[in-house]
Amino acid sequence: MSMVAGSQGPDGLEPIDRTVRKQVVPHGVLGMLLFVLTEIMLFAGMISAFTIAKASAPIWPPPGQPRLPVEATALNSVVLLASGVALILAHRAFHKGNRSAMLRPMWVALALGSIFVVVQGYEWVRLLGEGLTLFSSTYGAFFYLIVGVHAVHAFGAIGLLAMATTRLQNGYLTPGFFGATEIFWFFVVGVWPIVYGVVYL
Amino acid sequence: MAELIPTQPDPGHEDDHHHGEQSFVSKYLLSTDHKVIAMQYMFTGMAMALIGGFMAYAFRMQLAFPGMDVPFFGIVTPANYVALVTNHGAIMIFWVAMPVLIAAFGNYLIPLMVGCDDMVFPKINRLSYQVFLVSAIVLLSSFFVEGGGFGGAWTTYPPLSAKAEYNLTPLGSSLFIGAVGIEFIAFLLGGINFITTAMNSRAPGMKLYDIPMVIWMIVIASILFMVSVGPLLAGAIMLIFDQQLHTAFYDPNRGGDPVLWQHLFWFFGHPEVYVVLLPAVGITAEIITVFSRKKLFAYRTVLNTAIGTGVLSFCVWAHHQFISGIDPRMANVFTLTTLLISIPIAEMMFVYIATLYGGAIRLTTPMLWALAFIFEFLIGGVTGIFLGASGADIYMHDTYFVLAHFHYTFFPIAIIGTYAGVTYWFPKMFGKMMSDRLGKLHFWGTIIPFNFIFIPLFFLGAGGQHRRIYDFQNFPALAGEGMQDLRILATVSLVVMLGFQVVFFYNFIISLMRGEKAGKNPWKANTLEWTAESPPPHGNWKVLPTVYRGPYEYSVPGREKDYWPQDEPN
Repeated sequence: MSMVAGSQGPDGLEPIDRTVRKQVVPHGVLGMLLFVLTEIMLFAGMISAFTIAKASAPIWPPPGQPRLPVEATALNSVVLLASGVALILAHRAFHKGNRSAMLRPMWVALALGSIFVVVQGYEWVRLLGEGLTLFSSTYGAFFYLIVGVHAVHAFGAIGLLAMATTRLQNGYLTPGFFGATEIFWFFVVGVWPIVYGVVYL
Repeated sequence: MAELIPTQPDPGHEDDHHHGEQSFVSKYLLSTDHKVIAMQYMFTGMAMALIGGFMAYAFRMQLAFPGMDVPFFGIVTPANYVALVTNHGAIMIFWVAMPVLIAAFGNYLIPLMVGCDDMVFPKINRLSYQVFLVSAIVLLSSFFVEGGGFGGAWTTYPPLSAKAEYNLTPLGSSLFIGAVGIEFIAFLLGGINFITTAMNSRAPGMKLYDIPMVIWMIVIASILFMVSVGPLLAGAIMLIFDQQLHTAFYDPNRGGDPVLWQHLFWFFGHPEVYVVLLPAVGITAEIITVFSRKKLFAYRTVLNTAIGTGVLSFCVWAHHQFISGIDPRMANVFTLTTLLISIPIAEMMFVYIATLYGGAIRLTTPMLWALAFIFEFLIGGVTGIFLGASGADIYMHDTYFVLAHFHYTFFPIAIIGTYAGVTYWFPKMFGKMMSDRLGKLHFWGTIIPFNFIFIPLFFLGAGGQHRRIYDFQNFPALAGEGMQDLRILATVSLVVMLGFQVVFFYNFIISLMRGEKAGKNPWKANTLEWTAESPPPHGNWKVLPTVYRGPYEYSVPGREKDYWPQDEPN
């Protein structure tokens, strides 16, 4: 058999360092990537269901249903995207090892994320007042389902970022935890334009 | 950048576990040790298997002897009957096959076979089991609420599942969907752990192609699960909204679409078959190499076909919907993809036969189970080709032919695969050998009746017997002499098979108490778990192993021993 024993690899060419255990990416980052994979498919499921409902309806949106606030939400989307930019700045500072410089962009990202959630909540209250509810039509039902699931994720992302900020202030933010937080935040920011494009436009 | 971690167990991590003097609760119920969690999953899965098997007994008695007062159950009413068949299906797939094949074997084997001390996220691992246990309790509680357990089949098609006035189980149907949803969260947490551990915590020197096949299969299965489960969770949220909040996602009268559920469900449901199949295929690979003393034929081919199967499994789901009014052109596409997926699976079967060819085969109990897996699964696979072709499926749809085909795939996976794994790793898990004589008695006592249950059902299905009929006396054409005899044969065989399971539990307990000591490596196998003590202590090894070669170096020419453990330098 072609296997060569000792410190050679199975192909007999490349020597392997057998004293260390290789961790290609931090555990937290890999775990979060896998989790986000599931989340992407969750949104893909809802959005494709919505698209089918929309395509098979004779008139869309159904008559008598209020229009969604397209412009106000566009503005709010910019707020959410800006929070992503702030986190990129924090990312750069973190990988330069400059922990004091990353605190401010992290607070900015947290603030922008919170503004997004509050404005969305305000829009919900207004729409409910205008007669768009879970039961008024499948239009309303899909709207509250998809935007609601996104809001739940936004709350989760804010909680995670708040934890990361606390850890940063206490001086024990690890690359794994920060990387996982970033991935989740970027997921919440990145999926929103798709949700906006499909549901609002 | 690659981070370098010392090979010794991380001391901070060890602190979590508190060696030595632990109370029963912290050692067995709240442990974060992967082996204890594996046992929790396995014993919960076995308990659920007993419940699911009992359900099968009750409704098969009703089919063979309509209206009979079934011993240990009583009269099976129509509502009981539909609730029993529904929950039998759900339990056997979600609460037996998945927890045992993926969660129990994954938890037990991944750290031991890749050579590390524990999962990378031990607390998430513990949480995973706790969430799973909650899901099992929620499911079983659905039988005791007003209206009883859900009876709209495990596929929960709306509008039957969505409207209480149709299914008559206002709470049971939501508890059923809720339990499935909670369970998926448990496997999501578990899957993240399995993949991350297998990729990040491998022993020094273990390259990707040195990973034992069963670990690869569990990793691929976990990825399939995680990619496919999202759409089903979305669908399940909508279904619970329809049930409890009376939204109209699936209500055609109010702008919804019931077929939407079928797409979301089967987009998950078909990959799910491969989620449970692949670990069983991996277990078989470990066993047949050890007991034929041969290298696995074409390791990379098996791995690549498993990945190919996984990718293809996302393109076949609508073959469950040929009669749901889908476009016939789409049916052609799905027929094609379905027939294509039989190619990688057939390739795996050929690889296994090639591995056996010319080997020094030892017919131990685990080997018998592994060979039976190959043989019985083959019947399941071949009968699937009839159902994958839309022309034949339109006649066969919802008959007992489908049911028999389905059981010829799932029984080898969930039951034969599990018995193969348990009998093979029992010496490692408990440090004792299982009785081979009792093991073989149990093997034949399970395999022979199994075939006598399901071969008659192929005939019944081809004869047009629909699968969801409570009492065939109402359908004289289906209740004739010949057909009723086949039904009775299937039921009697089931009772015989269930009876033989007592032999397994007796063997399990008697071997635990009085079995011969196993030693580290009773099967003379190569993989890393056999270099640990039996049973492995907390942390698995005093010094974590280093890997020098692939897992299947058996009968290497020029070596004195016919095996070559992965951690031996020469």
